[in-house]
Parts: sequence; C-alpha cells; structure tokens
Amino acid sequence: MVTASYKNADNSKEKAALAALEAQKKDIRNRWLLSLPALSIIFFAAAGPMAIVVLYSFLVPGDYTGVKWIFTTENWFNVILERDIFDDNLVWADAHLTIFWRSVKLSLLTTVLTAIFGIPTAYFIATRSNRSRNLWLFLITIPFWTNLLVRTYAIQELIRNQGVINNFLQWTGLTDAPIEMMFTDFAVAFGMTYVYLPLMALPVYASIEKLDFRLVEGAYDLYASRWKCFRRVILPLIRPGLIAGSILVFVPCLGAYVTPRVLGGGNQLMIGNLIGLQFGQGRNWPLGAALSLALMAMVLVALLYFVKVSNSENNRNV
Amino acid sequence: MFSQSFFEKRFDVKRVPSFQTIALVTFACLYAPIIIVIIYSFNSSPSLGVFESFSLKWYAMAWDNEKVQDAAIRSLVLAAVAASIATVAATMAALATTRTKSFKGQTFIYAIINQPLMIPEIVTAVALLVFFAMIKIATGYTGMMYLIIAHTAFCIPFAYLPIRARLESMDLTLETAGADLYATPWKTFQRITLPMIWPGIIAGYMLAFVISLDDVVISEFVKSAGQETLPTYMLGQLRRFITPETNAIATANIVVSVVLVSGFFLLTRNRN
Repeated sequence: MVTASYKNADNSKEKAALAALEAQKKDIRNRWLLSLPALSIIFFAAAGPMAIVVLYSFLVPGDYTGVKWIFTTENWFNVILERDIFDDNLVWADAHLTIFWRSVKLSLLTTVLTAIFGIPTAYFIATRSNRSRNLWLFLITIPFWTNLLVRTYAIQELIRNQGVINNFLQWTGLTDAPIEMMFTDFAVAFGMTYVYLPLMALPVYASIEKLDFRLVEGAYDLYASRWKCFRRVILPLIRPGLIAGSILVFVPCLGAYVTPRVLGGGNQLMIGNLIGLQFGQGRNWPLGAALSLALMAMVLVALLYFVKVSNSENNRNV
Repeated sequence: MFSQSFFEKRFDVKRVPSFQTIALVTFACLYAPIIIVIIYSFNSSPSLGVFESFSLKWYAMAWDNEKVQDAAIRSLVLAAVAASIATVAATMAALATTRTKSFKGQTFIYAIINQPLMIPEIVTAVALLVFFAMIKIATGYTGMMYLIIAHTAFCIPFAYLPIRARLESMDLTLETAGADLYATPWKTFQRITLPMIWPGIIAGYMLAFVISLDDVVISEFVKSAGQETLPTYMLGQLRRFITPETNAIATANIVVSVVLVSGFFLLTRNRN
C-alpha cells in the first residue's frame, strides 16, 4: 500500500515533468516557426548566395561573362599572383597587391583619424548636462543616417578643383591654380573619416558615460597633470569603447565601395572597387568571387584580432 | 565674477584641455559640407563656385526631369515595400528570440539575422548579382522582386534591433494578467503586447526605410536595365558631370532622412 502510493506519486511527478518538457519543446518549435520568415529571406538574399560565390571562385571564367563549369584553383592564385606574359612564370600581381595595401593603409589611417576626432567629441558629449547631451547625441547621429552617397558627394563639392575650398583659396589669392585634391589617397581617407566618424564617436561615448570620475579626481589629487590623467586614467578606462569603435570603422572601410569610387576615381581603387570591376560586362566573375572571399578573410582576421585584443583587455582587468 | 568662473573652469575635474575645441570643430566639419550642398541647391548660378542669388530653379528642373521622377518613385516604393516586409519578419523574429531562457539555436538565429551587417556590402552585392543572374536565365523574370527581396534582407537587422530592445525592456506581468483573465494568446498579443511594442515597431520601420532609401551598392549590382533608384541615378550623374540639379536632389534626400531620424529619436526617447 505504502509502496504503491509512493510509486503513484513518483509517476505523476514524472508525468508533470514530461508535460513541462513537451510544452517547452512546443514553445521552442513555435519560436523557430516565428523566426522562419526572417531567416528564409536572409538565407535567400544574403547568406545563401555566398555559397555560390565560393563555388564560382573555383570555376573557369566564361568567354564574355559568367562561368564555364570546369574546376580550377587558378582564380585563387590570381588574387595575388599572375603569369608573366613572356616566360609563363608566376610573379606577384603588383596591381592587386597595391590595391590590397592601399585598402589596409587607408582603413588604418581612417580608424586613427576617427579616433583622434571621435574621442574628444565623445568626451565633450558625455560631459554635457543631461538635457543638452541628448541634443548633441542627436546632432552626431543625423549625419550618420544621411545618405552615404550624399555625404560623399558633399565632400566632393568641397575638395574638387572648382569646389568650395579651391574657389575660396583662389578668391583670397592664396593660390593661383586649384590644388588637386580629388582622386588621391588623401581624398579617400578624408571622405571615409567624414563618413565613418559617428561610428567611432558613439561607442566611445558609451564608454565615457560609464566612466567613474572619482578616479579622475583621484589622479588629480595625486598631482597628475591634465594630459597625464587623460593618458593614464581615462584612456585605459575607455579602451573597450575604443576597440568597438575601431571595429565599426575599420571593417566597413576595408570593404568600402562608394567613397573610393566617387573620391578616388579610377586611379585610387580599393578592394571593393576591384571586386566590382570584375563583375562588369566581359569581366572575370570567378576572379571577382575569389577576391570577395579574400576580402572576407581579411575582415575575419581583423575581427579576430580585435576580439583577441578585447579579451586580453578583460583578462588584465580581472 | 570673471575670475570665479575662470577658476571653476580651471578646476573642473571633467575638463581635458583642447577637447572642447576639437569637438566643436568636429561638429562644424560634420555639418559644413552638408550645409554647403543645401545652400548651393538654392543658387541661381550654374557655376558651383559663386553664389549669385536665391532661386528654386534646380528644384523645378529636378522635379520636371522624368528620369529623376521615375527613380524617386521607384526608391520610395521600394523602401516602403521592403521596410514593411522586413518589419513584419523582424517583429516575429524579435518575439521569438526574446523573453525566454536561452534555447538551442538562439545564437544561430541571432547570427543569421545579423549576417547582413557583418559581411561587406560589396560582397553581398556581387553574390546577389551572380545568384539572381542564374534565376534570371532560368525563369526569364527581370522585374522589381529582385530589388525588393535584396533590400528586405538587409533591412531586417535594422528593424529587428529596436523591436528587440523594446521587447526586452517590457514588463511581462501585464501579459500574464491578460492570460489570467482568460484572454487567448492571440488576443493577449493583439491587445497587450502589440500596443506596448508599437513604438519599437515604428522605429524599426523608419530605420529600415532610411536604410533602404540610402542603399547604393546592392541596388547598383542587383538592378536590371531601367531600374534606377535615386541613389544609383545620382551615382551615374556623379560619374559624368555635376549639375546643380544634383544639389537639389541631395537636399531633398537629406530632408527626408532628417525627418525620419528625428521621428525615430522622438519615438525611442519616449521609452526612457
């Protein structure tokens, strides 16, 4: 009798647990069903087509455009190497390497420039009173949501030969001839700094907002100068925001297309433009596919590096 | 008086020398180019160097330009349709991924939804070019659906983020109360959840709309012949020669973005 009721109780407990498990399973299935539309759209029109790019990077280019269905690894060699037209030896593809190097160089330069201007701007916003802070935040966000092409165009208006700066300089008589600024590395770096600055300023702002200013006060009590306090106390404390901002600026810069195309023209190509060129009429789609994957690999390396830096940062703080 | 404020400033713990100057210069630099474009859009002279007198003729010219009209309408319709589909899909996904213990595959869903943000736009653009070229050959269809689905895909993460933020900050007790009063799950959603997350949904829709309206790279590679959007039309113009008409189009574009983003700010501020 006793054992039987004990068994019963055990049984009903089991049943309840089973029912709960069943309900949980159903809940999770519903959650998957709810996510399905978003997942399928992104699979179809963003994630899935990447598989085709991988496939194409191993095919032979077609005669006019498209591909021939023959397997080859040639495209991957062509990313950094090319065959010498005279003796068929493989040599470095200088044109591609120059473009890779320019992309990395300009992206780094842009990241540093956005930090130089972004940190003081973020600091300024974070130290405003609560009420005006929202206004300043709003002001830094507005340009970011303004059309990228329009902002790039605005920079073009500023720096081209008959642009505002050159006209002003000639009007004041400081220069006789316009200073050539368009279609240079300077133009591209300047444009990208302008375009991506909010992406640096906002995460840095988030870090500064959380900053405990008693530490700063402590530094002054210990006779630190303003600059020393900034370098030794504030800067290390806002490093997480700085790292996040660097990712947000560096990664889009590496894959930039519009800004280098408009401000750099045909001479100052970046990787994005090189990829775009391969997909025009009569161009080399498989090489473009291999270049796209090379760009993604570079982005991945950059991301892993930033993750490593921020991890070591966390460990040090612990 | 002067000396007092002078000393306050001097010993303000939060002050870092020259930061305020750099910040104000940065703000000026952020706005100067945009303001110059706006000013010159009202310039009667076709030369961009000198400002002659106030005139609306470039706006009239852009308004009468059939190509501009065509591209503007296509951009707006595309943004409206893509943002609508994206917002519905993102709302469903946000409901599915919040307010629960973490479940198996949740990270996978996050990763897929954020995928369009992680991959360089140019790579997605050429991937779509290749993929849609295959479909075009197989089906012969060259309509607007390609642009719509491509825009919807990259709009989803932008619509998803504010909706998810809203859901996460929401109080669960009201929904429990609704269920206690014998409301069906659908009714609870309709009468309690939906009205509460509505600002998040509108904010997400606005962001998606702006993102779609601004897109150049993916549209440039996905569009079929005769499917210019306003940004791809502008890009084509910049390659040839610049007319002050472009200033007028750019200004109109800036106004639309500023209005939408201001709306977004007001909506998300109410939450706090």
